[in-house]
Amino acid sequence: MPPSSPFGVYLHVPFCSVRCGYCDFNTYTATELGGGASQAAYARTAAQEIALADVELRRRGLAGREVSTVFFGGGTPTLLPTADLASMLASVRDTWGLASDAEVTTEANPDSVGLEDLVALREAGFTRVSFGMQSAVPHVLATLDRTHDPERVPQVVAWAKRAGLAVSLDLIYGTPGESVQDWRASVAAVLALEPDHVSAYALTIEPGTKMHARVRRGELPGVDGDDQATKYEVVDDLLEQAGYGWYEISNWARSPEQRCRHNVAYWRSHDWWGIGPGAHSHLAGTRFWNVKHPRAYAQRLEDGELPIQETEALTAEQVADEQVLLGIRLVEGLPVEGRAARAQLPAMVQEGLLEPGAAAAGIARLTRSGRLLADTVVGRLVA
Amino acid sequence: MAAATSLPPRGPSLPPIPSAADQANRIAPAATAPELLRNFCIIAHIDHGKSTLADRMLQLTGVVDPRQMRAQYLDRMDIERERGITIKSQAVRMPWGVHEDESGSVVPYALNMIDTPGHVDFTYEVSRSLAACEGAVLLVDAAQGIEAQTLANLYLAMENDLAIIPVLNKIDLPAAQPEKYAEELANLIGGDPQDCLRVSGKTGEGVEALLDRIVQEVPAPVGDPDAPARAMIFDSVYDVYRGVVTYVRVIDGHLSPRERILMHSTRATHELLEIGVSSPEPKPSKGLGVGEVGYLITGVKDVRQSRVGDTVTNAAKPAKDALAGYADPKPMVFSGLYPIDGSDYPDLREALDKLQLNDAALTYEPETSVALGFGFRCGFLGLLHLEIVRERLEREFNLDLISTAPNVIYDVTMEDGKEIVVTNPSEFPAGKIGSVSEPLVKATLLTPSDYVGTIMELCQSRRGSLQGMDYLSEDRVELRYTLPLAEIIFDFFDQLKSRTRGYATLDYELTGDAVADLVKVDILLQGEPVDAFSAIVHRDKAYSYGVMMTEKLKELIPRQQFEVPIQAAVGSRIIARETIRAMRKDVLAKCYGGDISRKRKLLEKQKEGKKRMKNIGRVEVPQEAFVAALSSDAGGGKEKK
Repeated sequence: MPPSSPFGVYLHVPFCSVRCGYCDFNTYTATELGGGASQAAYARTAAQEIALADVELRRRGLAGREVSTVFFGGGTPTLLPTADLASMLASVRDTWGLASDAEVTTEANPDSVGLEDLVALREAGFTRVSFGMQSAVPHVLATLDRTHDPERVPQVVAWAKRAGLAVSLDLIYGTPGESVQDWRASVAAVLALEPDHVSAYALTIEPGTKMHARVRRGELPGVDGDDQATKYEVVDDLLEQAGYGWYEISNWARSPEQRCRHNVAYWRSHDWWGIGPGAHSHLAGTRFWNVKHPRAYAQRLEDGELPIQETEALTAEQVADEQVLLGIRLVEGLPVEGRAARAQLPAMVQEGLLEPGAAAAGIARLTRSGRLLADTVVGRLVA
Repeated sequence: MAAATSLPPRGPSLPPIPSAADQANRIAPAATAPELLRNFCIIAHIDHGKSTLADRMLQLTGVVDPRQMRAQYLDRMDIERERGITIKSQAVRMPWGVHEDESGSVVPYALNMIDTPGHVDFTYEVSRSLAACEGAVLLVDAAQGIEAQTLANLYLAMENDLAIIPVLNKIDLPAAQPEKYAEELANLIGGDPQDCLRVSGKTGEGVEALLDRIVQEVPAPVGDPDAPARAMIFDSVYDVYRGVVTYVRVIDGHLSPRERILMHSTRATHELLEIGVSSPEPKPSKGLGVGEVGYLITGVKDVRQSRVGDTVTNAAKPAKDALAGYADPKPMVFSGLYPIDGSDYPDLREALDKLQLNDAALTYEPETSVALGFGFRCGFLGLLHLEIVRERLEREFNLDLISTAPNVIYDVTMEDGKEIVVTNPSEFPAGKIGSVSEPLVKATLLTPSDYVGTIMELCQSRRGSLQGMDYLSEDRVELRYTLPLAEIIFDFFDQLKSRTRGYATLDYELTGDAVADLVKVDILLQGEPVDAFSAIVHRDKAYSYGVMMTEKLKELIPRQQFEVPIQAAVGSRIIARETIRAMRKDVLAKCYGGDISRKRKLLEKQKEGKKRMKNIGRVEVPQEAFVAALSSDAGGGKEKK
């Protein structure tokens, strides 16, 4: 990837007030992890990594790019004081510069922000907020261990809009015990709030999570792929009818301008630096990721080293595989190179996985059934 | 040879011992008078202590130096040691002195102990070992009593007119009940319970007395020293360094080093490079005379050139008649062996080639399966033989294998009179079939009387017919059944063991063929037959086999983009059906924090997996699914309780 690729920054905030049963993200509920790993010191610790990252970018001749997208994810970024989030963003801006049209997003829990916080974020340079709404149905939220009151969501969405932030709502479908009616209700609740952007993710129950153990003990039914397929079709129908277009398998936006550019950068293999414990980065054909535990992370920075756990230099085959794996997910489709892969297209059109018009032009563009079976399509394109 | 010095202390009134050299000369190989020879074998069930007793005999007779002694000296193969069973027989020559009369002189004898295979699959080899002997030690665990296989071999020995010496072993065990089992043995072979020797292979108690009894009771061999040489092969073993080592018992005449010998059945001639006796390490001798037991080396590399039961004679002066009882080894059970990794196919071929050098009964020919790729159709003497071969291939040659459900040989007669021999369900003809016949066995089951009912139920469900039933003692019963061989080569042993808590034992021998209402059940995936799962079963069991296989495959085969029917069919008639519903979703939506590497690794795994996918029509099936379907529960088609 030439240095002309856009450059993004991801900031991971590894703190939550409660750990949800399905969550396998790198997050911690203790406020006091000690030293630079503590919540109070976290903004300063992250700033240390930003400084070292800059040295590394310069060393590799990849510096000199303004940051085009910033994304604060977690964990729950809004557990940190707004001032800390603002200061982390300031570190990014001061180090690399922010493009004038930069997209700056933070994830937020509906119960962890107020109007003042949102106004302050907007003033600090944030442009977008993504609320982890997950569901509008109390029993589904309870199964997911989500603590917020669904009644609060319309309130925070209204505040965010008033503060001048673009709003995205995140949903999870296929939670054990969720009926198709429940799911329709959640989607309807989302539409009523007229967000700019919607993400809907199928629940996956990862080994090692509390929910996985509950399923294994027979306390909860497992996820059902057919049920999730139905719910995907439901959300896709309802969003399309309401004027939202899909632009990535799990993401819809009211207009192309309201797509999450940071998200798209992942699927396009642009460059980004991931700040924070366990955060992943991609720079010009190498992928690397940080040590997972905040204490080890802070210690490495304390010692003046980048907290990288492992680096992977991608081979040409891996780069090609990734292009298929990631690019196929986007609405623009994937230009298919190579005779063997192209030869696969007609059959997949016939099977209803790819759109015929695009395929005729050598582009693999998923139909809705293709989106649900994207792994099959990828498998056939890379074979 | 150290006959005299090896004599154990014989008590205070020890008679004068002739000089060691004198003693040794009288029983030197090739120069021992038949009157001084005793050829015997030990008939015993697995773990009744045969090998330990043999160890003790080797020590007492001084042929194994105590420093070189290791447990179960004669069991050479690792698998034999681990499973505690003897697969291949061997012969050991041991000196033993007995004081004959009042004058007190000690007479030296040469005892040949011929080890017999202890399993049902090797009945023919057992019969040849027995034919090399004049006597048999019937060794029974004093805590367990006689077992079915022992009983079968005992009957075989009695048919061969062998002198039987009943011995109860393990009398040192607290659970030993020598009185009870002595009674049982006396009932079986006649005679007085008091005649039954009591020994402990472990402590050595009674073993000297046993050696003395062997000398007293086993008849000396009889033969014509001046007739053309005739020796019977009772075993042949491939040795990497020396080629095939052939074990023989000389009946008439004499074999000498360097002479040319003739194999009666193949008419092949070889030069005798070496001839000798085992004691127990090989010792070359000046030859072998009437009644003697020893080994031959001719430099051949393949045991099929030295067949068990065959007659060895002198090529220049051949005996006219072969010894009776020779039979070609005949595989009775067939199974496809496939490497799990297809690239191991050449290695599998090479391994089978090597194993065959030492296993005249193993047959194989290349076979291809849609589901399993390239492999071999192999023929075995029985199920244990199959397991042993498979285990050796996996262990000694590091191969990962999958075997198809074993089947027997069927003789199919078409309506037009044409006959077809079927050793593989895929050969089962499609046209108008007149009749199908299958091999039957005569099975002997020994069981505590509590389990008679459950065993009858089992045999009934396997199309058995009761031939007779006897009480061996108050609480032990012998049941005799005729059963189709096909019914016992699946999980009969396992069922028998689990239903009788391991107490019942089984032995069987082939007893001919019988016509039965047999059909081939095919398993179809989206209309395409999956060869590895076709089975020939009795019509009454076709449905349960079909249901079992279709249900199992439904669990194992991943969902496809389209609906996949799994059917079981007899001819064109569908007898069972399951459906794998179409897969609607496979995409993983989440991509947390830009962890692309994890996603890509999943794809790499998927790509790797794809290489092991087999295509049955349009259906992609991971090889693991076939492997799982074949390995979980080999007892295809059998009702489970």
